[in-house]
Amino acid sequence: MQTTGTLERVLRGLAITAIILFFMFPILWIFLMSFQTNETILRVPPSLFFEPTLVNYKALISGRLEGSTATLEIAFMSNLFNSLFLSVTSVTVGLILGVPAAYAFARLKFRGSEDIAFTLLSFRFAPPLLVLLPLTIYFQKIGLADTYGGLIWVYQLIVLPLILWIVRGYFEDIPADIEYAYRIAGHGFWATFRKIALPLAGPGIAAAGLLAFIFAWNNFIFALVLASADKQPVTVGALAFITASGINYGQIAAGIMLSIAPTFALALYAQRYLVEGLSLGAVKG
Amino acid sequence: MSLELNEISKNFKDDKVLDRVSLYVPEGKTLVLFGPSGAGKTVLLRLISGVIEPDEGHIKISGMDVDGVEPEDRNIGMAFQNFALFPHMDAHANIASPLTAQKKDKSAIQAGVQSLAKLLKIDHVLKHKPKELSNGQKQRTALARALAGKPKILLLDDPLRNVDAKLRFEMRLELPNLLYEQNATVIYVTQDYKEAMAFGDQIAVINGGVIQQIGTPEAIYLTPANVEIARLFGDPVINLLDVTLQKDASGVFALISEKRIDLDASYASVVGLECCLGIRPESVLFVDRDHKSAVPVTVEAETPLNEKTVNLCLTARGREIMASRPSGTQGPAGGEAFVAIEAASAMIFDKQTGALIETNSTDISERGKVT
Repeated sequence: MQTTGTLERVLRGLAITAIILFFMFPILWIFLMSFQTNETILRVPPSLFFEPTLVNYKALISGRLEGSTATLEIAFMSNLFNSLFLSVTSVTVGLILGVPAAYAFARLKFRGSEDIAFTLLSFRFAPPLLVLLPLTIYFQKIGLADTYGGLIWVYQLIVLPLILWIVRGYFEDIPADIEYAYRIAGHGFWATFRKIALPLAGPGIAAAGLLAFIFAWNNFIFALVLASADKQPVTVGALAFITASGINYGQIAAGIMLSIAPTFALALYAQRYLVEGLSLGAVKG
Repeated sequence: MSLELNEISKNFKDDKVLDRVSLYVPEGKTLVLFGPSGAGKTVLLRLISGVIEPDEGHIKISGMDVDGVEPEDRNIGMAFQNFALFPHMDAHANIASPLTAQKKDKSAIQAGVQSLAKLLKIDHVLKHKPKELSNGQKQRTALARALAGKPKILLLDDPLRNVDAKLRFEMRLELPNLLYEQNATVIYVTQDYKEAMAFGDQIAVINGGVIQQIGTPEAIYLTPANVEIARLFGDPVINLLDVTLQKDASGVFALISEKRIDLDASYASVVGLECCLGIRPESVLFVDRDHKSAVPVTVEAETPLNEKTVNLCLTARGREIMASRPSGTQGPAGGEAFVAIEAASAMIFDKQTGALIETNSTDISERGKVT
């Protein structure tokens, strides 16, 4: 560090500032918008100086949107709860199903295993709209339409392939000899899975779970078609801000701030696991 | 417990890794599996440990067929070449893993780990995770883990491969005692002929998935089954000279620089065949000009190797011969010298096939003697 010149340090600082501005400015702007009324947001030219107000947050949390002509009921808080519930349960179900499956695909090479694994991945290639129409009809027939269970099931299309393919890679990275050693030491197949494979793939499972959570949280189209108002997540619920009397930018901004908060917090918390990575120092120095 | 392998074959896709391998290790004995990398040694150990199944053939432990017996039920200890320590457990937990599997109580586990760790001099690093251990400590931890369950069969996959020279030397001295105390049946894999000679009650030479020779270290050294094995065992490498055996009234002989090397009469059957004459460097002696079979040579180089000194010599026709003698003994005075070849310890190989041509005298002890 001693050898870096002043010029280099200044340039590096500028570059970092530019990158931070580029990525963080939209978030900062939304953050500022969420404390403004529509009037201050839409004035020309825009200004960084304004009278901050909590009216947007108040409206979202109380569920009453005071318009210029009428009062609008919005279900933002229940939408937020729906998002949280759907994402958490989907990821939980996805992990319970996906992690053992990923282990099987990584370790037990059986006939057709590659084909099955690829088929599961191909769910991610197909545009969701392609399956939505038949799915809606089926779901109405068997009574799964507009239920949490049905939504969680459909969410597996998003969550499961992601978990399966990420976690499989982590399992494959564990040297087979480490698992063999545990077996030979006298432990059974399941003990080896729990005590060796799961902990060593832990960072991968955390990363996959986090990513799956974000994908589930951000999903729009499945919930839009398959859920009615009381089951809708925030992504669909935000449509309510586009009213006949105009678009409520302030509420949208506040809604965005509230809805990214959980994923943001989760990312900050799990960062440790993501960065930690696999440290298999025991194999070769 | 004895260990028996009966006509074991294993293929990976179309690649024949092991081809009808048969072995027998009596209880408490050590068999060294010796061969170059890719010979199938590690695969053989995995088959014995049960983590993979053979395509054909049977493995018997104490005479009992272990087909389909899970690895955890075979009572085997194994040390891996790459150590394969559990990275998320400290050294103590690593060594204790066979004991926890046996559902031993805490104090028994503690005592078992402590005594092994003390023996292997790693008791001060038991709290360390594998990545905080040096290679030597990892190797000892892996060894301790293999021994902890008091297995009756011990598989050691080139355990000294990844450790430094000093530790390898120490362990070469310590390991035989340790193995002896365990009273286990051992298969020891190595690529180092010195280790093979030092540890093995028997050595099995494996190459290309086929067992080429099984015998005592002495037998492998003195009567290697083919030229390749002769080359692999011994340092400096055996001298191999192309000769054609001849015969006259006084017996069978080969000519080197017009000098007769008299050979056993039983070689009469291969007279006229193109052969390789194999002579260990220690069987090439510097002699005076008037010795009856003195071959004139030019001494090209001299390499002192602590306990022995090796001379590289050239015959009149430019063939290289290496001579090895204990350091401190009288060597050649200058560039021109004479060597005599101990015919009794010479080996004759078929040049075409590389196979050893056996004599009638099968008594190995006779062949090894310096005349």
